[in-house]
Amino acid sequence: MIIAALLASVALLLGISLVALAVAGRRQAGVVVYGATAVACAVAVAAAAVGLAGNQAIEFHLPIGLPWTGAHFRLDALSAFFLIVVNLGGMSASIFGCGYGRHEIAPQRVLPFFPAFLAGMNLVVLANDAFSFLLAWEFMSLMSWALVMSHDREPDTARAGYIYIVMASFSMLALLLAFGILAGPDGNYAFDVMRAHGAAQGSAAIVFSLVLLGAGSKAGLVPLHVWLPLAHPAAPSHVSALMSGVMTKVAVYAFIRIAFDLMGPLDWRYSVIVIGLGGVTAVMGVLYALMQHDLKRLLAYHTVENIGIIFTGLGLALAFRANGLTAAAALAASAALFHVFNHSVFKSLLFFGSGAVLASTGTRDMEKLGGLIRVMPRTATGFLIGAAAISALPPLNGFASEWLTFQAIFLSPALPQWGLRFLAPAVGAMLALAAALAAACFVKAFGVTFLGRPRTPAAETAVETDSMSLAAMFALAGLCVVAGIVPGFFTNALGTVSHMLTASEMPHQALVALGTPLLPSLGNPNSYSGLMVAGLLLLAGTVTYLAVRTFANVATRHSLAWGCGYPDTSRNSQYSAESFAQPIRRVFGTLAFDAREEVFMPPPGDVGAAKIHVTLRDPAWDLLYAPPASAVAFIADRLNVLQFLTIRRYLSLVFLALVLLLTVLALWV
Amino acid sequence: MIQALALQGIQGLLVIALAPLVTGVVRKTKARLLLRRGASIFQPYRDLLRLFRKESVLAHNASWLFQAAPYLVLAFTWVAAALIPVLAFNLPLGPGADFIAIVGLLGSARFVLALAGLDVGTSFGGIGSSREVMIASVGEPAMLMLIFSLALVAGSTQLSVIAAFTQSPAVGLRISLGLALLGFIMVAIAENGRIPIDNPATHLELTMVHEAMVLEYSGRHLALIELSTFLKLLAYLSLIASVFLPWGIPPTWAGGMQLASALGLFLAKVLGGAVLLAFFEVSIAKMRVFRVPQFIGAALMLALLAGLLRLVSQSF
Repeated sequence: MIIAALLASVALLLGISLVALAVAGRRQAGVVVYGATAVACAVAVAAAAVGLAGNQAIEFHLPIGLPWTGAHFRLDALSAFFLIVVNLGGMSASIFGCGYGRHEIAPQRVLPFFPAFLAGMNLVVLANDAFSFLLAWEFMSLMSWALVMSHDREPDTARAGYIYIVMASFSMLALLLAFGILAGPDGNYAFDVMRAHGAAQGSAAIVFSLVLLGAGSKAGLVPLHVWLPLAHPAAPSHVSALMSGVMTKVAVYAFIRIAFDLMGPLDWRYSVIVIGLGGVTAVMGVLYALMQHDLKRLLAYHTVENIGIIFTGLGLALAFRANGLTAAAALAASAALFHVFNHSVFKSLLFFGSGAVLASTGTRDMEKLGGLIRVMPRTATGFLIGAAAISALPPLNGFASEWLTFQAIFLSPALPQWGLRFLAPAVGAMLALAAALAAACFVKAFGVTFLGRPRTPAAETAVETDSMSLAAMFALAGLCVVAGIVPGFFTNALGTVSHMLTASEMPHQALVALGTPLLPSLGNPNSYSGLMVAGLLLLAGTVTYLAVRTFANVATRHSLAWGCGYPDTSRNSQYSAESFAQPIRRVFGTLAFDAREEVFMPPPGDVGAAKIHVTLRDPAWDLLYAPPASAVAFIADRLNVLQFLTIRRYLSLVFLALVLLLTVLALWV
Repeated sequence: MIQALALQGIQGLLVIALAPLVTGVVRKTKARLLLRRGASIFQPYRDLLRLFRKESVLAHNASWLFQAAPYLVLAFTWVAAALIPVLAFNLPLGPGADFIAIVGLLGSARFVLALAGLDVGTSFGGIGSSREVMIASVGEPAMLMLIFSLALVAGSTQLSVIAAFTQSPAVGLRISLGLALLGFIMVAIAENGRIPIDNPATHLELTMVHEAMVLEYSGRHLALIELSTFLKLLAYLSLIASVFLPWGIPPTWAGGMQLASALGLFLAKVLGGAVLLAFFEVSIAKMRVFRVPQFIGAALMLALLAGLLRLVSQSF
């Protein structure tokens, strides 16, 4: 029944997409399509919530797809949770799209693909055999690729689309091979069969690395992240929100489904790779983000960082589970899953905010913005809440899930392996570094975009965005606050998922008593209560405000800025995004990006401007991607001569090929 | 329960009432060490009163965030300071925030203040914010490593539990605790913008961090920010007092005598800390801003070492 409702909403999404194909040119098509998509997603959220509460694995079989297997679907706690994430993101993006979509230049390039993309993500999560899974995965990739390409005339879009399709094919290939090995010699692609016999002893390592490559490249694990900061910003903003906030979570789902569920028990050594990659991804992601001045690209790099945090949690869960420490594993898994939810919420919110800015000013280059808090106060408020949440500041939700991750790290001394015992605190320090750098980065992103003085006329004359967009943003901002204040409600809801992954769950958090603190595990004295902290903050703020109002001089005079007596009226004398990040670039960038600064000072007497030139190198790109890319280009260049041969030479080539093949055949047989 | 709640309230009021005095003592001691007479130790109270009585001057383009920031910063800092157990452990609101959450609250205060520094759009505000977040980005991992090594020693991140452990006779002298204390002091100096990281007394443009950030504030807003700065210093001193030197703090409400002695000891500890801070500050020169990461990096290494020693053997 529930799964039928879910599949019906998927069918509805596909139907909307077909209708959109027909009506996309019409004037009100956007509102209709996005409205209908929001309804379909709302139905799916409700059904998935019932499924998560019901905690029963429901299977469903449809006679479509391969003739001898058909399509298998399954709804269990894990897929129910991820369906909530997908469809909640889909719903908010659709509501945002109702308003934002009006700014779309070519709606016929967006409207048909948007519901189809959501349908693809839903199907990935629902699939219960490798064939349906891969088909849905590829469908999801292609639909999102089409959405990335919707602004194909913009300068970087073609490159972004090209790199994205290459990486998407790579991830598909890796997953295909992984499932091929998991299916075993009899080649049974049903997940139930794979789950029953798990990964064979010898092949587990290969399957695990393939899954890490396949799911990791879709999720954005360093160094497989290169496509993500190119493709996510190129799409329209509500699609960027879906790609960053939701599609990366589908990749996380793929990793969890295969590594935790299908492969069966795993050795602790695999967790080392996941934890290490998670830590490196978190730090590198945020460092990349700090170097950006394109608002949407900065947000896309933050997705890389958050994926790192999630994978660290998952790796810890694998490590604890391999050693039978189920309570600790449940804590780590719950922390990771809670962060999955939180990240999907605040990342969508932030992309909506940047979309509103883009629609209103026509640019996403922070160096051309500034002062928007005065002309777009509501957008600024929403973006500020998202920025504080992603920077892991209490009392918002980002802090709650990072707090749980840290608590899981604090349980690592119980692990018997020395390697893990040393690794866990080091990764903890990396996560703390990532959190502090994220706060720095969002001070920059919010400060340069919304605060200060407008740097261009476009920023000065911007107007507040429409009410539908604002509604979507404030709904998500509200979720950030609620999930931060009562995280216990969410960890309770995750109990069934955690039980499925780790055979244990976090202690049930009592929500009745006011301000009941969050308890990470039984017998653990540590606790944090978002409600209590938020209440105290409210109390302290109110007391201060009333005291100041009552006893202090409340007169206010408006004047020029002080600026040590020399207020500079030039807009360009403000700190820019580049200059704000300069100290951090000098501290971390020289190591991570081989950053170099060259200053050209004009000689004395010359009144020309001094110039500073900064060069950054992307280590992932230079070491991993550039060599094969240039090799391919070199070979292609050499093979180019074959294009301009005479007919005789072509015929002799064909003859040679025939001889070669026959020789091979003769030797083989 | 009522008494415990009242004690929690008293603790909250105590920290805010005491905070200016601590800074006054630091300033007075520094002045005496430099052979100046110096202002009275109560001068910070007078400064605050004077600022509260003045009108506030706002730049034309200051936004609502600029005006709200002082209240937010004070609320975050005050809650963090009030939740550190100094008069008794196991107070009713103690479970609300562990060590990480208290550091997080101070981080929230810094986030808001750094944003406020960018609001008016002067280059001083920008330089202050930019440097502040750079220092924080190295300070925060060091702080977390310290918390981790403390949690390894005491088995918890809850301040009451850590303090109860360091109070117990089983502890004795521990290398890991000593290293953690040293690292903690270094991070505390950096976080509070004291010499050698930043000079709270300077108004020389290129050397200031915190002062540059709050340059545009005046009147009541500046008073609130100054009060938050005092509170933050007291918060770090009371963290040291309750985590590393928890002697004399009763496990819970235990009558007036206990309270009086806990209060006296707390005063002695933080004022002693203030005097030591002054000694340290006059004996060292301010360092260049890009030397700061090395300074805090040393704290991080100390914390790592403390944690590793503890991992290797339970007796360190």
